[in-house]
Amino acid sequence: MNSTLRNVWKKLKKKPMSLLGCAIIGGYTLVAGLAPVLARPAPNTRDVYLIPQDGYSPDPVRPSKEHWFGTTEQQYDLFYGMVWGTRTAFKVALSVVLTSLLIGILIGGLAGFYGGWVDETLMRFTDVVLAFPDLVLSVVIVAVLQPGLYKVMAAVVLVSWPSYARLLRGDVLSIKEREFVLAARALGASDSRILLRHILPNCIYPLLVVASLSMGRIVITAAALSFLGLGAPVGYADWGQLISLSRNWILGSSGNPFEFWHTVFIPGTAIFLFVLGWNLLGDAFRDILDPRQK
Amino acid sequence: MLRFVGKRLALLPLVMLGVTVLLFALLQFLTPEMRAALYVKDPRQLAALEAIIQKHHLRDPLPIQYWSWLKQVLVGDLGYSETAKMPVADAIRAFFPATLELTFAAFFPILFIGVWLGTKSAVHKDKFVDHFSRFVAITGYSLPSFVLGLLLLMIFYGKMKMFAPGRYSLDVDLLVHSDEFRHVTGLLLVDSVLNWKWSVFWDVAKHLVLPSATLVYISMALLLRITRSSMLEELGKDYVRTARAKGLSERAVINKHARANALIPVVTLSSLLFVGLLGGVVITETVFDYPGIGRWGVNAAQQLDIPGVLGSALLSSLLFVVANMLADVAYALVDPRIRVQ
Repeated sequence: MNSTLRNVWKKLKKKPMSLLGCAIIGGYTLVAGLAPVLARPAPNTRDVYLIPQDGYSPDPVRPSKEHWFGTTEQQYDLFYGMVWGTRTAFKVALSVVLTSLLIGILIGGLAGFYGGWVDETLMRFTDVVLAFPDLVLSVVIVAVLQPGLYKVMAAVVLVSWPSYARLLRGDVLSIKEREFVLAARALGASDSRILLRHILPNCIYPLLVVASLSMGRIVITAAALSFLGLGAPVGYADWGQLISLSRNWILGSSGNPFEFWHTVFIPGTAIFLFVLGWNLLGDAFRDILDPRQK
Repeated sequence: MLRFVGKRLALLPLVMLGVTVLLFALLQFLTPEMRAALYVKDPRQLAALEAIIQKHHLRDPLPIQYWSWLKQVLVGDLGYSETAKMPVADAIRAFFPATLELTFAAFFPILFIGVWLGTKSAVHKDKFVDHFSRFVAITGYSLPSFVLGLLLLMIFYGKMKMFAPGRYSLDVDLLVHSDEFRHVTGLLLVDSVLNWKWSVFWDVAKHLVLPSATLVYISMALLLRITRSSMLEELGKDYVRTARAKGLSERAVINKHARANALIPVVTLSSLLFVGLLGGVVITETVFDYPGIGRWGVNAAQQLDIPGVLGSALLSSLLFVVANMLADVAYALVDPRIRVQ
């Protein structure tokens, strides 16, 4: 194990961009972990993810000593929102990817392994889900479920699993014809044992690579839904939601067109770097796990 | 070849039928009263909600409900959209040309810039152009369109007052909706030329600059990278060496020999690019307040205008499926092996 780790490190070292990705995601992990220290919630806060408001004036206020990143409209403290929003971003990204991976593995695995009508039914279903642009279908799902952060996560899961399922099905189809699977069957192994112990470990890596590469896109889709006002309620620490608060302030005031730059720029940069980090990390992951795909 | 195309065509109605089943299943999250809104064409009908529920079997078993709904959809009766203030079918007719215009306004620049920059970065591998195009690709891939859109608006609308959001300015709005302006295609860039109204043309073109620039930047990455890698592959082949050996100019070698072959995967990719743009316009239209299908669908979702949401989703999926099918056919045209499978 130690030598594998060393190998990974060796490969990473040669690619400064991959290291940058690690550094970015590492930095965000630190911010998320230290959130209670960096942005201390007021004592007796009901929900730490609700951003404290400093008054109710509609105009955003520029960064100052008191509010490091300034405030958005209705005086939500942007620094607090950014710090706790990091936790929201991780929560959304990781749980959405893991859940859609699990669903994709289940459906793709079953379809590829059993074939026949099981395959036909499951794959036609994935075809139908794939017949929509991601964002359009998730907008429909959130619209019927009513807006909310968990609804957004559910919607993104429901549009993300089909590509994993389709990929895994193809790999299972080819692996299940190999001799070692026949051998396992001849030894009397059960279906679930063959699928879980023999087939899945042999086709999981391409899937993991695709999953890590799709992380960035999933973060963007979820943030977009929040930006459209279909996600967390106003005042919840969520980057997409914070950006939507800036939409009325892109014009600034007369004489100072960039007066409210911070309302777009700060949360925008945070999302951009987060997605960039995942994309760079996904590239690195691909290079390490699958040298053929280069 | 014809058989392959025929097979793909036959699949189209089946997938669309599946799409209606999925949308119908999603509708079941709503109460019968809310679903009744699908059949209301006039706000005054709301008083007779119970009668509508009865008439369309909204409390009956699912297959009966589905059949009754599908019959309506098949004749193009998709209900009344509260956000668009018109029946869904009319709203589609009103918004779709705008979306198409924006999609085209982004599609062709992506194609040209992507192929041009991709070729350049393959020819000058690991030089400045190559690093630059890598930078464009990775940032474009990571930048959410709403962030880029808002920043562009801040600079070019707020600060420089060059480009405004929307599809046209107020005076053009009046002109376009007056009797003397004939609507032929619905694409205002085309119609304004047909009407010989250049002021409309320039105004519409100016309004397209920022949204299409946003789309170009965020959607170009894939095409750029594919052109680059495919071009690199061709440049390493023997026929390129032969062409160079017989003394052709470098320009002819690159533009005539290598690129012609390198463009094969690009041709098939471009229809997928079109598919991607159809999804991408949703956010871009909303940010730039551009009256297309995407903004309408989002507004409808925000205000629980279910007929509007369904109508825009049905249209997007139809376009999506057709574009995907064209991508398959294009792929089969270029690569004969696909047809045999």
